[in-house]
Amino acid sequence: MKEFTRGLWYEHPTFRQLLGMCPTLAVTTSAVNGLSMGAAVIFVLFFSSLIVSLMKNVVPAQVRIAVYTVIIAAFVTLVDIFFKAYIPDVSKNLGPYLPLIIVNCIILGRCEAFASKMPVIKSLKDALGMGLGFTWGLFLLSSIRELLGNRTILGYQILPAGYDPLIIMILPAGAFLTLGFLVALMNRIEQR
Amino acid sequence: MKETVKIIAVLTVVCLLSSALLSYFSGITFARIEQNGIDAINDAIRVLAPQAVRNEEFSVSGLAVYRLFDAGDNNFGYAFIAQGQGYAGTIKMMVLTDMAISEINGMAVLESVETPGLGAKIKENSFRGQFVGLSVIPQIILLKDKISNKNEVQAITGATISSRSVVRILNDRIEELKENIK
Repeated sequence: MKEFTRGLWYEHPTFRQLLGMCPTLAVTTSAVNGLSMGAAVIFVLFFSSLIVSLMKNVVPAQVRIAVYTVIIAAFVTLVDIFFKAYIPDVSKNLGPYLPLIIVNCIILGRCEAFASKMPVIKSLKDALGMGLGFTWGLFLLSSIRELLGNRTILGYQILPAGYDPLIIMILPAGAFLTLGFLVALMNRIEQR
Repeated sequence: MKETVKIIAVLTVVCLLSSALLSYFSGITFARIEQNGIDAINDAIRVLAPQAVRNEEFSVSGLAVYRLFDAGDNNFGYAFIAQGQGYAGTIKMMVLTDMAISEINGMAVLESVETPGLGAKIKENSFRGQFVGLSVIPQIILLKDKISNKNEVQAITGATISSRSVVRILNDRIEELKENIK
């Protein structure tokens, strides 16, 4: 169970390990983008961990990173094609950040640090935990930014029309501000 | 030696399997992705010109132009793609014009990455709405103050570059169309 829960809180990829900052900062302008990026990462992480864990005794150490990268790239491209075919609007919003998951440190990090040394079941639990952790992190971050910057969450209006949206929240600066506050909050909770 | 062979073998197998998976998946989704692009264009035309029942596509300077026909099969105007550099990136628009290319009767932004809250207002009706019944003779003029003539458009406050880009892209594109469509 430890393998699964670790990613959800104690070793949270975004707020504790500060990994995968590029998509975290770039695509969290709306909750839909955050969720779809999270879903894409869960899929890629799950299948990459599965294959890497299965192949751990076959892959020579010298070329392991190259092999992981090819495996990860294959799954990321699969997700990219899938999004383009079935949810073109989301694909357009995520733009180049979806293919960029190939070099996402969370995925490469989990393959190198965990899946390549551990049995399949443990690796899959670890992948799901980290993926879900990343997803709730992105969802929280993007919901706060969308709410304050556009009055809505997932497109539903929450704040009244009288509230003047803080444009900065959906600009890059808003991503850094929100992330800073959330990391501080996480640290505060952990200190208790 | 044995180690080298193993390295080559593992990399080759992994790459071959990955490409096989991707080419299979790409094959089954190719038609759908292409259809999505066509749907997006047709939706944009339908919103601007609900009376258009069919269109014929041709190309002017590498960008698409659509000859529009109404229910009586009369060619009543053109819809065309115009794109160029905005403030933050490329702005791509679908524009509706009459047969003589003397007036714009609607504009929709298909793609843009202008600043949210400022330049992104080019997508809103307050700005976009000015491109209905807009004369393009001799060309569109952008003003910061109140407008008084049929060929004038008022810039978005705080987003002069985005507004200016839209007008420049349209003026350039209309010039191209006038030279090529007779």
